[in-house]
Amino acid sequence: MTTLTDVLQGLRSNWLAVAWSLEQDSIAASIPAECLSDVVTYLHAHEWRLGTVVATDRGTSLEVRYAFYAGRYPGWAQLVVAADPVARVLPSITPVLIAADWFEREIEDLFSIRFTQHPRLGDFVLHDNQWAENNGLMRPNVRSSADMEEQRRAWRPRRVLKEEGAFVMPIGPIYSADAESALFLLETVGEDVVRAIPRLFYKYRAIEKLAEGRSVRDVLLLAERCSGTSAIGNGLAYCHAVERALLIDVPPRAAALRAFFAELERIRHHVTSVREICASTSLAVAASQALWLEEQLLRICGAVAEHRYFFGVLDIGGLMHDYDPAALEVAADGAGALSGRIRILRDALQNSSSFLDRIEQIGIVDEHAARTFELVGPFARASGVSADMRSIQPYGAYASVAFAVPTEAEGDGYARLRILFAEIAQSLQIVRTLLRELPAGPVRTEPTMRAGFGLGWTEAPRGASIQWVQVGEEGTILRYRLTPPSFRNWHGFHVATEGFAFQDFPIVLATLDLSVAENDR
Amino acid sequence: MNWFVRGLLAGIRTEAEPGGKDTPPSISPGLPRTTLHASPEAAIDIAAVCPTGAIVAHDALASVVQDLCVHCMRCKPSDPGAAGGQEWRHDVRFAHGPEGGEAEPLDRRFTRSLHVRIVDAGDCGSCLNELAQLNGPSYNLHRFGIFITPTPRQADVLLVVGPVTRQMRGPLKAAYDAMPDPKRVVAVGACAAGGGIFGPSLMCAGGAADAVPVDLVVPGCPPPPFAIVHALRAVCGARPLDPSGNLG
Repeated sequence: MTTLTDVLQGLRSNWLAVAWSLEQDSIAASIPAECLSDVVTYLHAHEWRLGTVVATDRGTSLEVRYAFYAGRYPGWAQLVVAADPVARVLPSITPVLIAADWFEREIEDLFSIRFTQHPRLGDFVLHDNQWAENNGLMRPNVRSSADMEEQRRAWRPRRVLKEEGAFVMPIGPIYSADAESALFLLETVGEDVVRAIPRLFYKYRAIEKLAEGRSVRDVLLLAERCSGTSAIGNGLAYCHAVERALLIDVPPRAAALRAFFAELERIRHHVTSVREICASTSLAVAASQALWLEEQLLRICGAVAEHRYFFGVLDIGGLMHDYDPAALEVAADGAGALSGRIRILRDALQNSSSFLDRIEQIGIVDEHAARTFELVGPFARASGVSADMRSIQPYGAYASVAFAVPTEAEGDGYARLRILFAEIAQSLQIVRTLLRELPAGPVRTEPTMRAGFGLGWTEAPRGASIQWVQVGEEGTILRYRLTPPSFRNWHGFHVATEGFAFQDFPIVLATLDLSVAENDR
Repeated sequence: MNWFVRGLLAGIRTEAEPGGKDTPPSISPGLPRTTLHASPEAAIDIAAVCPTGAIVAHDALASVVQDLCVHCMRCKPSDPGAAGGQEWRHDVRFAHGPEGGEAEPLDRRFTRSLHVRIVDAGDCGSCLNELAQLNGPSYNLHRFGIFITPTPRQADVLLVVGPVTRQMRGPLKAAYDAMPDPKRVVAVGACAAGGGIFGPSLMCAGGAADAVPVDLVVPGCPPPPFAIVHALRAVCGARPLDPSGNLG
């Protein structure tokens, strides 16, 4: 079996001129742009997955950092490529790694870096009908909204289908009763969706830009509220990144309690997803019952943490404050007491043939597609890719807690529903185990500010959340990079929707469990 | 067993609106309120804790601009008896008119039939999740004759969540313009109330009022479902706003 050291040896022997270093479980190197594609191909062949791509523009210097992680054992690799800050051109790695496609499109839009050989750039984060070209929002010379040049331009969706009678069905950006804002361009000749192009980032809030110059503690608020329904998932990844940068060790009690809250959040989030799937098939009774279960879980969260979505629980170095063991027990018992009702709902759904007809064999994403687009979270696990950051890159308390990572092979809507129920059961077990072995001691290490950078990751409810920070001497954020799971999974959205009937579109969308807010940032 | 019977057997789960002042945190996180501290220094210290500038010190008194509160919980003492923290109100009647003034409710005829169009103008997902609960068994918005409608053409109330991002400003205004008169706008959540932690900034406005005229504001991050129910009842004149709760 290949290990981290084997991969390092391989890199060293193939690229002799590069100074490869290994610190703890992380390989790092500055590499010349011309060998980037080959190194990426090598890592991809060894089942390394793309974690994030971070561009940093300091005015006089410009660099792009590619972070990869091993798919089967703990290990990271960070490749740094310098670009000329005037010419702003880099080779694209999308031809060798499709998963990098959206990263490069985003960087092109926000940093005005052109990626040669990229198949399609433009109209991504900043919409072409509203903004002038080359605004470069993330560049240091853009400081206020006055620096952004608005320009009304005609924009038409890209047409691919040339058949007679083909048309584009636009849905959004405001649609349905309480859906998030996004535009879907569905190309069709009548019955089936032939091409599906999501146009996202209507809700782009520029969180990464807002973070610059703020204190590490205040940026935590942004990380939590990137996606309010997975505040712990994304907030914790940010805390991990900052704690690495500041060299802080989190006390064991805080690590265990963080995992406790993360699992409660996962249970609640998965019940929400089940509710959305029931509602999308118009199964009103099941949707109501799931809504009620969700409300009970929100109340359990609110009772223990005083906030229904766990805002204000995390802090840099641990938690904001300690929790009474009795209150934690009540929360775990409450969630445990609901598990029986969740199982009853699951069994009732699995015995409803009319419901199963709507979600079986639709929105199929096979394992090959899931690997090509490097999907994450429950979405990937329903397609046979056992990618779970808690087990492949363990962090915090998860290194010492035993749990199973459920996977399914079919990759259809029903497989994704089964994954949700299986993960709820696992999370309930983790919650119990954590409470049984809850360590005593403090819940926070007071951070001492120093300059540094760090990478943090978690398995958020929707999948891997990977974040990178660069902290200045006074504890202000110089660069914050947020890679939430939905950004990865929206990239595979079209695979699930293309080739299926129009009326199945809302159902497919519900089973994919994608958040627009999380993607748009 | 079929779903119809399952539904009947579940019974009625709908809850009465909490009227009192002690709603538990499981239903509402509450909001900080004006607090008299031991000394002017203590008031200045607590104001410095707030990351959004929602707490303002005047001598020993620390007042709260509730629209700016993002529920970071930093001013709340972990132990309710402990000294030094800001006091919190524990009710759900958060809604108030623009700039603290009185909102003019719709005609009484709307009290039993009010149609609401929700527009997500950059929401993080938690306000929308609380709005989804409104149609659930616990809150059951239908009992008040309030309905969520998918089209602005049939809507009486535009409910805005999110700080209004630059790229959602156009669609939001188009939705407002498509609504027939008389119409009202309710801004729900800290972001829509005053920009929250996102705005005003490079890509966000400072709340819904920067794009459309706002009649009622519901602070909170997110406001609990019962606070939104209260606001929707108030906007059609079925409930008075509770001025006592808005002392801040």
